[in-house]
Amino acid sequence: MARFLIRRVFLGAIVLLLITMMVFAIFFVAPNDVARTLAGRQATPETIALIQQRLGLDQPVWKQYLTFLWNALHGNLGYDYYHQVPVTTIITQALPATVSLAVGAAVIWMLLGVLNGVVSAVHPRSVADRALTGFALFFYSMPTFLLGLLLLFFLYFQLSLAGFPVFPAGGYIPLTENPVEWFRHLILPWLTLALVLAATYTRLTRGSMLDVLGEDYIRTARAKGLTERRVVYRHGLRSALTPVVTQFGIDLGQLVGGVVVTETVFSIDGLGKTAVDAINQQDLPVIIGIVIFAATAVIIANLLVDLAYAVLDPRVRPH
Amino acid sequence: MRWGRARTGEAREGLDPHSSELETEQPVRSIEGRGPWLLAWERLRRDRVAIGSFVVIVLIFLAAIFAPVFTLLTGHGVDTQYRTTGLTPDGLPMPPSAEFWLGTDDLGRDILVRIAYGARISLLVGVVATLITVAIGILVGLAAGYFGGIVDTVLARLVDVVLSFPFLLFAIALVSITGPSLAVAIIAISAFSWAAVARIVRGQVLSIREREFVEAARSLGASDWRIMFVDVLPNVMAPVIVYTTLLIPTVIVIEATLSFLGLGVPPPTPTWGGMLNDAISYYQVAWWFIVFPGAALVITTLAFNLLGDGVRDAFDPGSDRR
Repeated sequence: MARFLIRRVFLGAIVLLLITMMVFAIFFVAPNDVARTLAGRQATPETIALIQQRLGLDQPVWKQYLTFLWNALHGNLGYDYYHQVPVTTIITQALPATVSLAVGAAVIWMLLGVLNGVVSAVHPRSVADRALTGFALFFYSMPTFLLGLLLLFFLYFQLSLAGFPVFPAGGYIPLTENPVEWFRHLILPWLTLALVLAATYTRLTRGSMLDVLGEDYIRTARAKGLTERRVVYRHGLRSALTPVVTQFGIDLGQLVGGVVVTETVFSIDGLGKTAVDAINQQDLPVIIGIVIFAATAVIIANLLVDLAYAVLDPRVRPH
Repeated sequence: MRWGRARTGEAREGLDPHSSELETEQPVRSIEGRGPWLLAWERLRRDRVAIGSFVVIVLIFLAAIFAPVFTLLTGHGVDTQYRTTGLTPDGLPMPPSAEFWLGTDDLGRDILVRIAYGARISLLVGVVATLITVAIGILVGLAAGYFGGIVDTVLARLVDVVLSFPFLLFAIALVSITGPSLAVAIIAISAFSWAAVARIVRGQVLSIREREFVEAARSLGASDWRIMFVDVLPNVMAPVIVYTTLLIPTVIVIEATLSFLGLGVPPPTPTWGGMLNDAISYYQVAWWFIVFPGAALVITTLAFNLLGDGVRDAFDPGSDRR
């Protein structure tokens, strides 16, 4: 187990290193003149040179990269170009909103997806199965931003118009400030993120569960006289979950994209919206910081998924 | 180039010149030899949902190709702003009417005509980016699976990197530097979607390269390239085709998302995602501004997904229905 862990952590670190290189390369291959933008229109060449020197932009790319890596390892991701705020501070401020959004959505989508999949698989070709798989395919075909817009239109606007202002139009209230409002503001964003992703899991769980329920050991379990509930949930679901967990690991990268879109639609000041804003301002340190932070989060989450995988399915448990 | 010919030949008639290799692995076959492609096609033909979706897709393609017809029918140009007839006195979009069948947008343009022209971008990006993605994925997967060893290790790590990269953030960053355009959208999508294809192809190649007919080809002195593209590739095409059909709607959604974030094809070119982006500020006063472009998008992706499911069931009848 320890060797497996060390190997995975090592590989994760290499992947992360490659990602930092790619991000750096993209930004420095492309011409973009931050110093000029910052200095304003009437700046003299001297001013621009001074700004470049202060931001370290006059150094060769590899030197900038090494400096960045060295600082990053010491918990310093640089400062944003415009207000000299540490990037780590910007990330820490935006993080609670994003984590609230992502974790809540993940819980909803896993519960919804897996439960629907099980119901579908236990009664294949029933009305419930057809309805659930139909819904799943519909949401699967739906872009996240469109679902967000539709939820805003029907559940915020039309409902409020009808005199039931249950849901707000967007924004984020910190959990520590007001838990009830936090919850109320997050319901629509959660649904937006969760419904699209849950669809994949309904389909996946259904297929995997159908396979498992055809296995001999399920017949044995039934023959032993176990209740159907126990057969399905204890014996069946446990091994049917393996591909679901794998998919969960793969989807974490996608989740980042979903978060960006959802935060934009519902104007939640999380990491995704901060990144989009930073990109509009060409604020390199912030963009690089957030991309690398997100990649790290995805890699660590993948590592955890691999561990969960080993716990769920003894056959893949590494030696 | 070779595999392209082999694939279409096989798909159409099941009379592939290389089918002799297939036959060595499946000796029990009638003399007419209905190949797996023909069998799959026959199953697909009986799948009413899949054929219905296919018809819908053809109609969408026709609408895209003959988009100018909508201009003729309505008499409205695609970028023409009808400021007097197409906007309310307050300057708001007009609801659907006899004049504007699906209403107008915030600049008084005909939504129906723009949806038809927008289909061009969605389908173009969907098909082209998917083809590039699949081509890269096949090359990488073939190389990794066939050569193994250090090639495999390096390529597999590369696949890991690409898969764990936050794609959308990267695409946003890329576009912010190069400026939005059709080519950049296609490149950004292809550059980050091939990894999944590579993974599928690699897995298949790993098992196929150990088969007897590959050994036979090698002992006949066939080159690595010939074995990879002539002997191995046709045998991994079935899962690739299934994945391709399901990848097109995904790519269409990504393109729409990029356009929605203002990072796709720049205005005034109509795109479905771009129209929905314009619609955000007006959703409280103009439901048609969201509903119609949104419906166009969902109908298209849904049709491709249903067709993809049908294609998967046709190649692997046991996969989903029992």
